[in-house]
Amino acid sequence: MALLASQTLSLDLNVLDYGILAVYFALVVTIGLLAKRAIATSEDFFLSGRSLPAWVTGIAFVSANLGAIEILGMAANGAQYGMSTVHFYWIGAVPAMVFLGLVMMPFYYGSGVRSVPEYLRRRFNRPTHLFNALTFATSSVLIAGVNLFALGIVLQATLGWPLWAAIVVSALFVLVYITLGGLSGAIYNEVLQFFIIIAGLIPILVVGLKSVGGWSGLEKAVAKTDLGANSFSTWQGTGIPWSNALGDWVGIVFGLGFVLSFGYWTTNFAEVQRALSAKDMNAAQRTPLIGAFPKIFIPFLTIIPGLVALALVPKLGKSDSLPYNDAIPLMMNQLLPNGALGIAMAGLLAAFMAGMAANVSSFNTVFTYDIWQEYIRPGRPDGYYLRVGRVVTVLGVLIGIVTAFIASGYGNIMEYIQMLFSFFNAPLFATFIIAMFWKRVSPMSGIAGLAAGTAGAAAFHFWAFNLSYFYPGGVIDPAHATINAQMVNFYAAIMAFLVDAVVTVIVTYMGKPKPVEELAGLVWGIPDPSAPDPSTVPKPVWWQSPKLLGFGALALTAGLSLVFL
Amino acid sequence: MSNEESSTPESASSKLFDLRVLIGGLFTVYGVVLTIVGILASEAALAKAAGININLWMGLGMLALGVFFLFWWRLRPLQRDVPPSD
Repeated sequence: MALLASQTLSLDLNVLDYGILAVYFALVVTIGLLAKRAIATSEDFFLSGRSLPAWVTGIAFVSANLGAIEILGMAANGAQYGMSTVHFYWIGAVPAMVFLGLVMMPFYYGSGVRSVPEYLRRRFNRPTHLFNALTFATSSVLIAGVNLFALGIVLQATLGWPLWAAIVVSALFVLVYITLGGLSGAIYNEVLQFFIIIAGLIPILVVGLKSVGGWSGLEKAVAKTDLGANSFSTWQGTGIPWSNALGDWVGIVFGLGFVLSFGYWTTNFAEVQRALSAKDMNAAQRTPLIGAFPKIFIPFLTIIPGLVALALVPKLGKSDSLPYNDAIPLMMNQLLPNGALGIAMAGLLAAFMAGMAANVSSFNTVFTYDIWQEYIRPGRPDGYYLRVGRVVTVLGVLIGIVTAFIASGYGNIMEYIQMLFSFFNAPLFATFIIAMFWKRVSPMSGIAGLAAGTAGAAAFHFWAFNLSYFYPGGVIDPAHATINAQMVNFYAAIMAFLVDAVVTVIVTYMGKPKPVEELAGLVWGIPDPSAPDPSTVPKPVWWQSPKLLGFGALALTAGLSLVFL
Repeated sequence: MSNEESSTPESASSKLFDLRVLIGGLFTVYGVVLTIVGILASEAALAKAAGININLWMGLGMLALGVFFLFWWRLRPLQRDVPPSD
């Protein structure tokens, strides 16, 4: 039967598709080789010599987050939760990206820090710095490994490669282009990947919609599945008590939209690093703002194919052999002829490499500048740190490979470790926002607030198991299987934020503030005396205005939110 | 004026190549190949994609993007910012 045959993931690639893939991978390595010529200093390697134009850093900003786990995962969420999944983009990303560009970037870029942990060292003290640098470096290599493992699984399912070969070969490609080309190699590849990923996803959307009979056909088909007719409304069931799969509006707006989103987009160095590599302040500010526009439209390329997959394969997600995560590869198999299939496959593999490379290229920077240079071997000439950076990149990829193999044997352990690191991320935004706007905040309150907030998130996670409110229908499941994990995650973030804020304020009043001259350029209202006079900086032309871009992105998001209310 | 230590070499970031050539070249090549494949599309390929000649449309779209990048690169070549002499 044709229908049964098409439900396997094994893709029928022909010579044409392999040719498309070969050209793409040759170009990936070429970018690394060519970018190597532009590296003479450690800052060339770790921050592209702060020379890139805004359109490049802006696309890399969104692409660094457009890993394949994100694409496959959001299509899976689309099939599982329906249009509510757009909350991860319109509430859970765009406002934070605008805030980073308009409000926070002047502190990051203007103060000349080379990393997000370095900002914490200058604003607070070394313990705060070390706490953040270590947790960030560790979680980055682990996420790189998880990406690598997911890539291996997809190559195994679609091309029939052995898992170990898929892991090692793809890690080698990433290794080559970021060890040679540094951040420029990573960013240039991210920009290229962005266009290939989009080119691979658009045909799935177009052919998918046509084959279910257009938008109205999709609505009718999905209404017949378990997801139901409400799956096209984004806020349905988010009242209290909730029935939406993402929980109530408090968790979505404050937990996801405020704490988690702002924490990730404004303090995650894998993202901020892209803006720090921009050539001037205006380009740095525009980096997340330019990235916000594609981010607004990416859900149409992930969620709708997820819903189409549900309409065409109603058994999706109903059995272990057909998980929601297979939505995109299934649709590629079912809808794309050879040629388009090769492009989509190149896009998918590119996305896996993006997810890995962004993490390794931020890991090597934090490890070299913030751990090695700060605590282990300070005061060496610049060329020494450039060599260390290359060695650390190789080590980072190797740890990623080991992590991928651990994940293939002990999947549950990796899930627990990722949950552990989500506790460290939850309070970050509270510490940053208070420290940037209140000069009184004392050095010790940094580490105290972060540690307390992390503990708060962890404690809430375990407490929530016993709260009936977090179970659908308010009925506690003793095995905790039915608990709304997304909603617990959102509420734990709110808890982390509150605990961090309270502890930061208390510890601040117990200690002395930092001398004002040490805070120049790091805190609102204390300008850096050595910064260039604003009147001498040329005013950008009107379409380069950060305010115009930022408020334009917010208005567009608000408009689309009303359409899909 | 730079007052950095003499041991720090000069940044080589100005040697970084222009990415627009690469994107333009790749998408032009992919666009031409897919357009040809689309023109020669078999009945089976058309049926698989719900009757849309997706290779042809993708080929034309990618060709347009590739040509756009190549034109952009030719018309507005990279200008190295020359710092004002002081």
